[in-house]
Amino acid sequence: MIVAAGQGHPGGDLSATDIIASLYFDILRFDPAEPAAPGRDRFVMSKGHCTGALYTALAGAGYFPESELDTYLKPESRLNGHPNRTYLPGVETNTGPLGHGLPVAVGIAVAAQIDKADYRVFALTGDGELQEGSMWEAAMFAGHRGLGQLTVIVDRNGLQQGARTEDTNSLEPLADKWRAFGWDVVGVDGHDHAALLETFDTACAPRSKPLCIIASTHKGKGVSFMEDQAGWHHGVPNAEQYAQALAELEAEMAA
Amino acid sequence: MSAAAAPKGLFDCRDAYVRTVEELAVADERIVAVVNDSVGSSKLGAFRSRFPERLVNVGIAEQNMVGVGAGLANGGKIPFVSGASCFLSARALEQIKADCAYSHANVKLCGISSGVAYGELGATHHSIEDVAWLRAIDKLTVIVPADPWQTAEAIRAAAAYEGPVYVRISRMPVPELAREKAEFRIGKAEELREGSDLAIIANGTLVHHALAAAEALAAEGISARVVNMATVSPLDGEAIAAAAATGAIVTAEEGLAHGGLGGAVAEYCATHAPVRMRMLGFPGFLPTGSAAWLMDRFGLNAEGIAQAARELLAAKAR
Repeated sequence: MIVAAGQGHPGGDLSATDIIASLYFDILRFDPAEPAAPGRDRFVMSKGHCTGALYTALAGAGYFPESELDTYLKPESRLNGHPNRTYLPGVETNTGPLGHGLPVAVGIAVAAQIDKADYRVFALTGDGELQEGSMWEAAMFAGHRGLGQLTVIVDRNGLQQGARTEDTNSLEPLADKWRAFGWDVVGVDGHDHAALLETFDTACAPRSKPLCIIASTHKGKGVSFMEDQAGWHHGVPNAEQYAQALAELEAEMAA
Repeated sequence: MSAAAAPKGLFDCRDAYVRTVEELAVADERIVAVVNDSVGSSKLGAFRSRFPERLVNVGIAEQNMVGVGAGLANGGKIPFVSGASCFLSARALEQIKADCAYSHANVKLCGISSGVAYGELGATHHSIEDVAWLRAIDKLTVIVPADPWQTAEAIRAAAAYEGPVYVRISRMPVPELAREKAEFRIGKAEELREGSDLAIIANGTLVHHALAAAEALAAEGISARVVNMATVSPLDGEAIAAAAATGAIVTAEEGLAHGGLGGAVAEYCATHAPVRMRMLGFPGFLPTGSAAWLMDRFGLNAEGIAQAARELLAAKAR
């Protein structure tokens, strides 16, 4: 997609791919034929720039044909650089500017709380995104309301656009911050599917507090020359790099 | 400046607002209110007593307030997100743009105590830029009602409309306009008085001043049409074209004329119906003074409008 489009955010896509795939293929309850069903589980992509990962999952989940992935970023494509719910079924809210998804996810969880509905709300945030103040406004309110149906997954790849988060505006002690805001916190290897599924099962059990899952990840996961390299926040592999990346990812899938 | 303190015959539009939201809430359980600690200033105390579970108070956090509103809409609610319009429109502007307008979320944004109602509190608390900012956002309906009846109608129309709406709710005392109470329609201006020498296009708290100005002008033999342009986005181009046919337009609003209603009318006229115009509004950050003093100081009253009309007609005659 990114190679064909000539642009994208491959680093953040690959750090989030295992998380998103686990959610869409094993955890979330939804029917792509009825994307607005009131009782569906919601997934809010707060790190809206990682559409490569999101669109691949939405296509795989049946919201639109996989062939449409080839239109990514092309003129008039429904696959905009950031997700748009008015273009594409399965997108809950338009994100892109950081710090927006979590407040919306909190609002959805408040609606569920008012209605005593049993759907669940998951939001995926970047770690650099937690430098936005609106995330903590939302976190504070979710803790206050005891939104037990809300789960936030922090894609803790340690990198933001230009540098390490800890060198820019440090987030640690991150788990303590969430706990102080009234959340339960667990850590998980964000590339270990079995561990992710086990953690998401915890998230789905009845709870009285919102849950923050801090997923340790690697930007560019699975592609040796991209892994943990801030330079691959944006970027497009050349033909040789693309061939190498595919070979590495296929080898890992076969293993 | 509570309703009780409003001079006899004058009304605080917040009362019509909360009364209508409560009425709607009785009939439709999807209606919820979202506030930023502004239960008192939004006059939602009675709503809270009546529907405690349906008042969501996020505390002093406007960005989260609007995001939560969008989330509630996603969850099937019709949220009335209420806060002082200075903070709602400015602090949460990106949430209004991305979470509400761009996402086409069914959120009703209610900017309370708009314009210069906060008087002496100064430019931080004045909301004179809101109409200019918000009408620049695509697919966001912007309504500036003129009196209690129209406030109630605008709230009902907003609830019935599927999509994001901003309604400016004034606390400045205004009279109930004497007119046939036709159905309020989003995007449809209201002609309150016929006239052929010029047209005055006003909204919000300036509409009753515009009517008084037209009355004064009539005594001088000047026939002034008065148009209440409550919806600034989408704009009623037909009404503006008809106003332009008089050959002169004065606009008047409790806000920045540049970019606000005046700007909107001027844009339309420049491209569709060129006409001489005067745009009355505030110029920018304002000096210390009460709301009433500020309105008079900047000519936002009947005499100011009438004077602008006379000058415009004199220029037209030359």
